Amino acid sequence: MAAYQKLKAARANGRPTASAYIRQMFENTLELHGDRKFGDDPAMLGGVGWLGDLPVTYIAIEKGDSTQERIRRNFGCPKPEGYRKALRLMQQAEKFHRPVVCLVDTSGAYCGEDAEQRGQGQAIADNLLHMMQLQTPVISVVIGEGGSGGALGIAVADRVYMLENAVYSVISPEGCASIIWKDAGMVAQAAEHLRITATDMVELGVAERVIPENFEQFDQMCEQLKTQLLSDFAALSALPAEQMLQQRYARFRSIGQYQETENA
Amino acid sequence: MNNILGLFRKSGNQLETGGSAGLQPADTRQCPSCKCYETKAAIRKNKSVCPHCGYHYRIGARHRIRMITDPNSFCELFDSVRPQDSLRFPNYAQKLQDAAKATGETEAVVCGTASIDGRPCALFVMDARFIMGSMGSAVGERIARLFEYAAAHQLPVIGFTASGGARMQEGILSLMQMAKVSGAVGRHSEAGGLYITVLTDPTTGGVTASFAMQGDIILAEPKALVGFAGKRVIEQTTKRRLPADFQSAEFMLHHGFVDAIVPRARLRETLAGLLRLHAGKEAR
Repeated sequence: MAAYQKLKAARANGRPTASAYIRQMFENTLELHGDRKFGDDPAMLGGVGWLGDLPVTYIAIEKGDSTQERIRRNFGCPKPEGYRKALRLMQQAEKFHRPVVCLVDTSGAYCGEDAEQRGQGQAIADNLLHMMQLQTPVISVVIGEGGSGGALGIAVADRVYMLENAVYSVISPEGCASIIWKDAGMVAQAAEHLRITATDMVELGVAERVIPENFEQFDQMCEQLKTQLLSDFAALSALPAEQMLQQRYARFRSIGQYQETENA
Repeated sequence: MNNILGLFRKSGNQLETGGSAGLQPADTRQCPSCKCYETKAAIRKNKSVCPHCGYHYRIGARHRIRMITDPNSFCELFDSVRPQDSLRFPNYAQKLQDAAKATGETEAVVCGTASIDGRPCALFVMDARFIMGSMGSAVGERIARLFEYAAAHQLPVIGFTASGGARMQEGILSLMQMAKVSGAVGRHSEAGGLYITVLTDPTTGGVTASFAMQGDIILAEPKALVGFAGKRVIEQTTKRRLPADFQSAEFMLHHGFVDAIVPRARLRETLAGLLRLHAGKEAR
């Protein structure tokens, strides 16, 4: 499927949103609210629960699955308090040695006056800095859209999974098209050039795994995802914390392509 | 009628126009802020600040380095890391060539070591003239290496940010540089290193959402544009006009995201003072 088709699939109405995965994969969950600084962001969910017999913390960007819910969830565009809530819960997970599962599904961090006033950039920057040093395993799963810095704000992880039709991009293909070609109609071309698909992510070293989609048998699909998570968490938890952090550092350190000239 | 038409005019976007004025004699510039004419020599002598209203012109990385560091103390590092068109993105190779030709630089950031009033430091200076200071793989790699070098050599890092954000033409690889540099900043910090950021016009997008906001001390030049999302994007999203000072250095100071606004004329002594303070008693 071409990048543009995947983009449409990733955004399609009726595609399961984060709450569906949370209900299906985790047991005995308790949602935990608020950033303890300003408020509670309905676009960013977090809580604790059981993944099989493993206590975990989950963080998830929720787009909403009905018009009313979408409005309440701000269409899955988190505000600074959302990123700060996520960080608070991740640091709590670190204290109690719980692995963290992050479900990513956003067109991007919210672009609004209030978000800027409360430091959208600073909030994301803080998450990147601290997630890189978090002494507990983190796995991020892009379940739909991985929209730029707003997605990365909960995706600095030891492993990144992409759902088969999920996309991950530095800029929305619409935004890219209007900047490069001054024509928002060039979305499909932009999507292609930006390299946004799950297989692109694996090829570029940004993600480790592609998770097959099967929404008709959602329970089975989630069961497989759960098995994968448990297996990767087991491997990560077996490492001494220092080694795990070293590998996480090396993982991001190695991403990027550049030339090295002999002698400048 | 004029007022009504004014509402429909596309607001001047500083990121696109660079703030330059129209027709004028070759050796003079019209200040985009106060509209006064001044000779280029007089502006340059005044550290590229308008002598009439204090408007801070954007300046290139080398110019900045000369202004801040001790004479002949700058030693460039990691210049061997060069950008490449990995995704074969339309026009990117040409854009890189054009930027190199126009600026004499090989990337949008210059890194190295220098001394400021005798105190050693590691330095990175972004150059907004090079594809709007955008961050691709090579920019991220150079800055990450600088932090690793500084941590290994116990040097403080001073970083001047000037960027439109992540470089679209390198796709997701550019986005990942935010995490990569953040990791290196964190390691330098854990080793006890001091990191001072100086936000200059413009500091936006993925650079704001990563290392620009990770300094122990965050300074900004007066009136610099500092923010995450573009002003036009926000106006389109919220369908509301934004106040004139929105996303200025002063706005960021007011909302608690900047430690101090320092005019260019006092920047060198301020940085030197902070370096001395963090070096301890014997440096006093």
